[in-house]
Amino acid sequence: MAMLEIKDLEVCYGVIRAIKGISFEVNQGEVIALIGANGAGKTTILHTITGLVPAKSGSIIFEGKDLTKTPAHKIVSMGMAHVPEGRRIFQQLSVLENLKLGAYTRKDKNEIAQSLKKVYERFPRLEERKNQVAGTLSGGEQQMLAMGRALMSNPRIILMDEPSMGLSPLLVSEIFDIIKVISEGGTTVLLVEQNAKKALSIADRAYVLETGNITLTGKASDLIHNESVQKAYLGE
Amino acid sequence: MDFLSYLVSGISLGSIYALIALGYTMVYGIAKMLNFAHGDIIMVGGYVIFTLCTTMGMPTPVGIIGSVLVCTILGVVIERVAYKPLRKATSLAVLITAIGVSYFLQNAALLIFGSGTKSFTSVVSIPALHLFDGALVISGETIVTIIVSVIIMVVLSLFINKTKPGRAMLAVSEDRGAAQLMGVNVNGTITLTFAIGSALAAIAGALLCSAYPALSPTTGAMPGIKAFTAAVFGGIGSIPGAMIGGILLGVIENLSKGYISTQLSDTIVFCVLIIVLLVKPTGLFGKKIDEKV
Repeated sequence: MAMLEIKDLEVCYGVIRAIKGISFEVNQGEVIALIGANGAGKTTILHTITGLVPAKSGSIIFEGKDLTKTPAHKIVSMGMAHVPEGRRIFQQLSVLENLKLGAYTRKDKNEIAQSLKKVYERFPRLEERKNQVAGTLSGGEQQMLAMGRALMSNPRIILMDEPSMGLSPLLVSEIFDIIKVISEGGTTVLLVEQNAKKALSIADRAYVLETGNITLTGKASDLIHNESVQKAYLGE
Repeated sequence: MDFLSYLVSGISLGSIYALIALGYTMVYGIAKMLNFAHGDIIMVGGYVIFTLCTTMGMPTPVGIIGSVLVCTILGVVIERVAYKPLRKATSLAVLITAIGVSYFLQNAALLIFGSGTKSFTSVVSIPALHLFDGALVISGETIVTIIVSVIIMVVLSLFINKTKPGRAMLAVSEDRGAAQLMGVNVNGTITLTFAIGSALAAIAGALLCSAYPALSPTTGAMPGIKAFTAAVFGGIGSIPGAMIGGILLGVIENLSKGYISTQLSDTIVFCVLIIVLLVKPTGLFGKKIDEKV
């Protein structure tokens, strides 16, 4: 059984159908990429999974439980973390306070301290700047903070929305290396990206999204050579 | 010596404004709404103490605790009944509802207690302080108001910055969606904010009615508006802004009363607000953080 199974999901903003009945699944340990142009509905899908946007119909089954009726604030303690588009770190709080909020639902202080240590090992820059106000970090550091904050909940699956947005090519590569490391550490990854090339290079499988529908799916290594994908998303 | 006397009583009056302004600013920061019924909670608090202590003859501490309890519950109930159903409505709808709640509370008090002004018995029983051979007299109410306000502000700052629910409040005020992704229950946080704000209003009510012992259904209206002004003055949404804005407003008001004109003091206070907003539209401590993409 898939770890996360989306079935016939439909999402509307008022009368506009943003997601028109899509289905896809994520298996334990995979890196799944959702690629597509601006406005295809990628962010909406992630927001619906974590409850920030209500689903109109369909189901979202995570480890056997339906998330469509679960309030947003109960999702993270079920083992699912979401790194939102635009990072949305708490700009006025310090780096450390942001990370602590990532572990908001956890009780065991020792385990939290261990997670913090792990995050600092993965992102040494965050430890150097732990007392700095988060809003003063650079874009790349803010992305690292958003990822570190998500890891503080010790998730089994992590949803990432456009982690490469607004970053220099060098930083993009660094961020994707980190995603790979997170995946190798045993965390399942659902990745939404406009940078299709990068996303396909680290993903196991991918789904191509166009105006609310999934138009193509397959192994990432196959899609990267697919002619229509190359034309539409890889600029070749 | 006059100056010192005006200053001290101004700080005392300002501390009361600050306590009320904290309720405005916290609710604005977290629920993104202006709760114009907040001032009337003060009046309700005053009537609870009046009923318990003057009418029923209970000791003062019982009156104060009763008032804090009633106001806290009232604040939470108002939020649940009147504001929560409007969580996704336009801000204008919420604002009009808040004004409606304000009128409801005033008229409910009018029905129950009548329009006559009740004389409030001070909750403070410590004697006035005579300094400089009696040249400077500081009333017991003034001393207690300043001490109580300082304690409350310190405790509140510690609560907001050092405890988990406090940090959740900061998170919700900055980004409600991201806070939910962290597992913060936004509705619970809003309820807590209303509870704290209303409890502070109850304490402010006890102090205000002790210093100005006339209680009527509109007792809370003017201090409410002044405290709202103080919150905007300091930068609405900012907790230190509400504290300092409140105290500054009280001092300006009292100095105007002392040196310029008693009748014009409110005009001067509001003129200062207009000038501050013209020069710094976000208020003294309000800051706009540019988003980095």
